Amino acid sequence: MILAWLIIIPLAGGLAAWLFEKKNALFVRWTALGSLLLDSLLLAFGWIQPAFFTGPVNDPWMIELNVPWIPQLGINIHLAMDGLSLVLVALTLFLGIISVICSWREIHDRIGAFHLNLLWTLAGILGIFIALDLFLFYFFWELMLVPMYFLINIWGHENRMYASLKFFIFTQAGGLFMLVSILALYFINGKATGIYTFDYSLLLEVDMGPKTAFFVMSGFFLAFAVKLPAIPFHPWLPDAHTEAPTAGSVILAGLLLKTGAYGLIRFVLPIFPDAVAMIAYPAMILGVIGIIYGAILALGQKDLKRLIAYTSVSHMGFVLIGIFANNSTALSGAVMQMIAHGISTGALFVIVGLIQERIHTRSIDRMGGFWSPAPRLSTVGILFALASLGLPGFGNFVAEFMVLVGTFRVSSVITVLAASGLVLAVVYSLWIVQRVFHGEPIEPLSLTDLSAREIGMMSAMAAAILWLGLYPLPVLTIVEPVIDSIQQYSVL
Amino acid sequence: MLNLLVLIPALPLAGFILLALRGRQFPAAANAWIGTGSIGLSALFSIMVAINFVGNPPEGNVFIQTLWTWMQFDGNPVTLSFSLDSLSLIMILVITMVGFLIHLYSTEFMRNEEGYSRFFAFMNLFVGSMLILVLAGDFLLLYIGWEGVGLCSYLLIGFWYRDKDNGKAARKAFIVTRIGDVGMLIGIFLLFLHFETFNIQSVMQAAPKTWQIGSSLAILAAFLFLLGAIGKSAQVPLQVWLPDAMAGPTPVSALIHAATMVTAGVYLIARLHVLFEIAPVIQTMIAIIGAVTLLIAACSAMVQRDIKRVLAYSTISQIGYMFLALGVGAWSAAIFHFMTHAFFKALLFLAAGVVILAQNHEHDMFNMGGLRSLLPLPFVVFVIGAASLSALPLVTAGFYSKDFILLSAWYSPSGSALLWVAGIIGAFLTSIYAFRMVFITFFGVSKIPISHRPGFFMITPLIILAFFSIFGGYIELPETHHFSSFLSPVFGIPGEQPINGEGVLEFGASLVSLSGIFLALLFYVLRPEYAGAFREVPFFASLGTFWFSGWKFDALYDRLLVRPFFLIVRKSKNDFIDAVYTGIAYLNRAIHNNLVRTQTGNLRWYAMGITVGAVVFLGILLVR
Repeated sequence: MILAWLIIIPLAGGLAAWLFEKKNALFVRWTALGSLLLDSLLLAFGWIQPAFFTGPVNDPWMIELNVPWIPQLGINIHLAMDGLSLVLVALTLFLGIISVICSWREIHDRIGAFHLNLLWTLAGILGIFIALDLFLFYFFWELMLVPMYFLINIWGHENRMYASLKFFIFTQAGGLFMLVSILALYFINGKATGIYTFDYSLLLEVDMGPKTAFFVMSGFFLAFAVKLPAIPFHPWLPDAHTEAPTAGSVILAGLLLKTGAYGLIRFVLPIFPDAVAMIAYPAMILGVIGIIYGAILALGQKDLKRLIAYTSVSHMGFVLIGIFANNSTALSGAVMQMIAHGISTGALFVIVGLIQERIHTRSIDRMGGFWSPAPRLSTVGILFALASLGLPGFGNFVAEFMVLVGTFRVSSVITVLAASGLVLAVVYSLWIVQRVFHGEPIEPLSLTDLSAREIGMMSAMAAAILWLGLYPLPVLTIVEPVIDSIQQYSVL
Repeated sequence: MLNLLVLIPALPLAGFILLALRGRQFPAAANAWIGTGSIGLSALFSIMVAINFVGNPPEGNVFIQTLWTWMQFDGNPVTLSFSLDSLSLIMILVITMVGFLIHLYSTEFMRNEEGYSRFFAFMNLFVGSMLILVLAGDFLLLYIGWEGVGLCSYLLIGFWYRDKDNGKAARKAFIVTRIGDVGMLIGIFLLFLHFETFNIQSVMQAAPKTWQIGSSLAILAAFLFLLGAIGKSAQVPLQVWLPDAMAGPTPVSALIHAATMVTAGVYLIARLHVLFEIAPVIQTMIAIIGAVTLLIAACSAMVQRDIKRVLAYSTISQIGYMFLALGVGAWSAAIFHFMTHAFFKALLFLAAGVVILAQNHEHDMFNMGGLRSLLPLPFVVFVIGAASLSALPLVTAGFYSKDFILLSAWYSPSGSALLWVAGIIGAFLTSIYAFRMVFITFFGVSKIPISHRPGFFMITPLIILAFFSIFGGYIELPETHHFSSFLSPVFGIPGEQPINGEGVLEFGASLVSLSGIFLALLFYVLRPEYAGAFREVPFFASLGTFWFSGWKFDALYDRLLVRPFFLIVRKSKNDFIDAVYTGIAYLNRAIHNNLVRTQTGNLRWYAMGITVGAVVFLGILLVR
């Protein structure tokens, strides 16, 4: 039941926040924060005390919940957690807490409804990471999407209508392809075995002809590639990230993109090993194009938030490459990149939010010389810019390093091209540092430095990214059995 | 006792953390104490470790200290470790001692600057990273240190962050070296793919057994590491960042861009010499790069006006000598020259710093002059530094190390007379530009009144470095070889060189060095009108401009790479892929706008539509 509680608590917290909206703003914020902290506590128990989680379940699952939901159609509430889910759930809760805290001063309008949407999106994401029934997975996929649409549409910036609609259409279109593929799997399996089920563990064993497999796989791939995003399915991302409120951007960049990568690892790799082997090279090439294209576009932007959004396209290219290089080193690297990018880019979006709160613009042309009035803000800004350029000592380096080492076994050309992204990353990261924190201030500016709340929030993120960079072993060990079990399906 | 090794890099890093977190709250004196003290302690520990290492050598002459498990690959742990042998011992001694002196100097030099604590924080981080680099027992730790020093170089070049140009110079340094670094990273991947380990020692033992001499994989791997080395060590064609790096404070130039970081490439090649030995093509390439670089940079150094830029080009040129030595397999000669260069170049930079501070932050030598009598002590040490740089025979450290390189270039099996000639011409140019600097700055008439006189903390390091710039060479005389025999566990025992003709070569080199000094004296003191006459000739004038601009490398890269790149950036900033989707949306709206016209609300039209539709469909059915 613990797994169900993980999802129910934020759902309930969201409702409570909404109901108490009229009463007291502070109460709403603390309700939201409290429910996420409670969730984290639950998870922490499981992490520190695995026995609390682990029942007599098959490895690598640590804990499982399987109750019928609509038995006539073979739909179950099947939740389970393994190492991969665990780290991603932890990331979700961490960034969830950050996004509540970073909205503390930013959001004043309809805060109850805001936190309702925020927590429900988070609940959807949590569900995605632990659902093992494909119907349930699709349900959570939609649950994550709709509140996020409202977050952008209601609390976003100037061009929010356009951005939210674009986001919705792209994701929904991808999602529909996935729905078709899920149904196809359901029927193919039903015909072959007589058991009509959406259960992941049973569908893993489906037998399909290579053509069928390819088409069914494509549906999943499209949905996940839009989310990731892979070139050329990325255009929703810069708009959505730029227009969303800070908390929305943090969740988008930090978590939503990761659901795409998670889907590829959890579903596409093991269910369609032959089709994956077939598209491995094209997919890796898309990853390389994403790395370079994203970096070049990032350099052309004037809107700081948009700039960072394009760096996400670039960084997620490494994830795509790592997944389709499909060996344990590259996959571990891809998972590391999901976490490290979640934290580092999340932090960069928070920093843009902090800047926008202070100078009411995101335009780089209006920034510069922040170091002298706000050294703390600038320190964290530079710190995360360095993380994003892949400096050793930060989690991003470990991730990109492992992806590249793993990919080198498969293709040296792809590796070399992807590694050129490391040079481009220096160019855009140092460009941010120069234009925002260094230089002479454009206009005489009085910039208040970070408050205690903001220092706390940023220190937590800095500590996390440094920990991942200096001692990533715990994360790697916990993820390893999952990657090994997924590797068993690989045909490479 | 050797277990103290970990403290040597840990102390500067601890100093960095303390200063970064709380430095702003501390008074200036506390910052100076923490910053300098951590390096001082680190130097003390280095000396203790050195005494222990020499007195009681560990087994196999290597001491390994395991740190922690960083990652795992396919379930195999990747463990970080330090490894201390005679090569890294020399490196840590030079880094900590020169580092300490430069920190001491900075306490006074930077006194009135904004960001005093930031300066010491970054300097400490630099020393820590540099120590990690040279102590690394595996490629990963090496790469951590390698990038760490690059970061500090960036942060310190751009120390005066308000000026956009400083930021530009800093970014240039980082980006150009990163290009080399990525090459090196791929080299690391390549070695890992073939030897399944990141441990340097294991790879160096396995490589000659797996790869034959001249095998293409060995050549490729060596080439990739060479890329990293030329980026960091500012060799042709990646030398362009170093002259601009002089935008940083002078102690930074002394420590990072003269004595230590820029020689990391030399260290890297020496450390991996086994790999380069099985790739003779690449070794020849190193020698040629070294020879070309030392000549190109020496020419540029002769025509600079900014005293720091002269020293920057001189550094590039001197590292060219080290590369030349590496290229002919004279590993210990390269390391020996690294050491003497660290002494005399740090000395020259620090003395130049005294001059710059005394001349109210003027950098242009031609606005200075006559400082001989006004700043007598800095004058003396500057001359010592310049003499050592010019390899003044017998009495300077620079003479012995450069002589070692020149002899190796001649005698070594992979050496040649041509390389020796390049070295000799370089030596001639070196003594010209070194003493041109001395004569312009310290002779003639004073133009700017003295604005700051160096105090105790600036003078002491100068005296100590001057001492080493003279006597540091005596540990490796052509007869004794203390230095190279100390390094022999790493590089192997050098073969006996033929003695005949050695005296002639040495005499020739000495003559060249002296005549260069004389020429500088003639042109800048005795007959300044000669120099003027030279500048009158159009050919020499344009040659001078060409050299002044660093052989137009910057302009070339600007045309070839930077501008096209930013053109692509500008052209693609609106994301043309997005335009495709916008097109789809537009198309849909257009179709919608047309179809919407059929919705007239007239019953007649609808009835007709139904009838026509029915007829058409029935017709189709009938025809089939």
